[in-house]
Amino acid sequence: MREIHVNQIVETVQKLCIEACCYLEDDVKKLLNKAYHEEKSELGKNILKQIQKNIHIAETETIPLCQDTGMAVVFLEIGQDVHITGGSLYHAINEGVRRGYELGFMRKSVLDPITRVNTRDNTPAVVHYNIVEGDRLKITVAPKGFGSENMSRLKMLKPSQGIEGVKEFVLDTVLKAAANPCPPIIVGVGIGGTMEKAALMAKQAILRDAGTPSSRPNIASLEKELLELINKSGIGPQGLGGTSTALAVHVETYPTHIAGLPVAVNIQCHVARHKQAIL
Amino acid sequence: MSKYKVLSLPCSTIELESLNIGEMVYITGTLITARDAAHKRMIELLKEGKALPINIKGQALYYVGPCPAKPGQVIGSCGPTTSSRMDAYTPTLLDLGLKIMIGKGQRDSSVIDAMVRNKAVYLAAIGGTGALLSKCVKKAKIIAFEDLGTEAIYSLTVENFPAIVAIDTKGNNLFNVGPAAFCKL
Repeated sequence: MREIHVNQIVETVQKLCIEACCYLEDDVKKLLNKAYHEEKSELGKNILKQIQKNIHIAETETIPLCQDTGMAVVFLEIGQDVHITGGSLYHAINEGVRRGYELGFMRKSVLDPITRVNTRDNTPAVVHYNIVEGDRLKITVAPKGFGSENMSRLKMLKPSQGIEGVKEFVLDTVLKAAANPCPPIIVGVGIGGTMEKAALMAKQAILRDAGTPSSRPNIASLEKELLELINKSGIGPQGLGGTSTALAVHVETYPTHIAGLPVAVNIQCHVARHKQAIL
Repeated sequence: MSKYKVLSLPCSTIELESLNIGEMVYITGTLITARDAAHKRMIELLKEGKALPINIKGQALYYVGPCPAKPGQVIGSCGPTTSSRMDAYTPTLLDLGLKIMIGKGQRDSSVIDAMVRNKAVYLAAIGGTGALLSKCVKKAKIIAFEDLGTEAIYSLTVENFPAIVAIDTKGNNLFNVGPAAFCKL
């Protein structure tokens, strides 16, 4: 058994929260640059330029890219030969979030859904645990803003609707979202499994390095087709018209039941934040 | 961007009427902030027959919930939030004299009708550029609902704050005509 102390987890999560909110990863920067060069709308091009300027200011001055520093979504891949010592793993994650959001001057946006009373420290995080082989602990912090989260949808399609029904639902979701999720967006799609599995896959899909196609050729071709379709919508940067509506479409699938075809679409704004560390 | 206008606040209705969709404006002057919770509270006060804590007449309202300021900063990251969540409250404020709204995303028909009725404009700031926009804020002060934290009402003194005319006083709407010009579906 390899031992990892909770203090190390607190420090790592704290650091990842701040870095994720202030420094955009190269994958997204590359796609934004490509969109800037390809955009056909003059106004859209100008918007993409401002977005690039914002990224530069945020990273040189360590200022959050966006004031919506999100709800902290944390994915853990826990090696089955790892033993966490010194306290509760869940509390360590939340302590890391609490410290990161305070020290990084990030907004505390988390509240009780019924009373709407703010917890004032951006906790609790949404934590997903996955037990894997090995003796490492992989932590991914993905702060999720709600401009885009609010535009996400899930539908239990009938098997008869097939792949055409899936494409229709994805496109319809993007068209209904229009300007609200701050395009250009990244579209995460989960197909199959159960209701919650589809939603989780859609979220995991947006964590993939932006623009990296699926390793399965038929899924990669579906991603390409959906991206082209979405970019024909004309929504464009900020929904004010143009050719760059989405930077990437990522699809994940899982076997499902003979009676079902669950599809979830999780929309991610251009401030596509995700930072990872392996302990 | 080839054409842009400078908008010094407060400005006249004639100036607002001269703005057309698709134009870039650089705003200098005072903005008042309010988002979900502040709107809800303002409308509740009005329903109870009470006065608002701010004078909304002729005002420019910016939908934002900023990040805390770092030492030496006037304000933290402060980009626009989704305006449509304010739609239910907005016609009432427009009828009380609200003139300019700054946010992101589409508005509903009740808001647009009230804008035309009151000769108001809706400007789109670029969502997700909060770091950049924080540089345009020279002063920030909480003026009402301090208990709401980031959702409190602030007075912001801004210089050259960039925005795009999205819906003008005639009701022309860039969120419709912009995408339509590029739609190939």
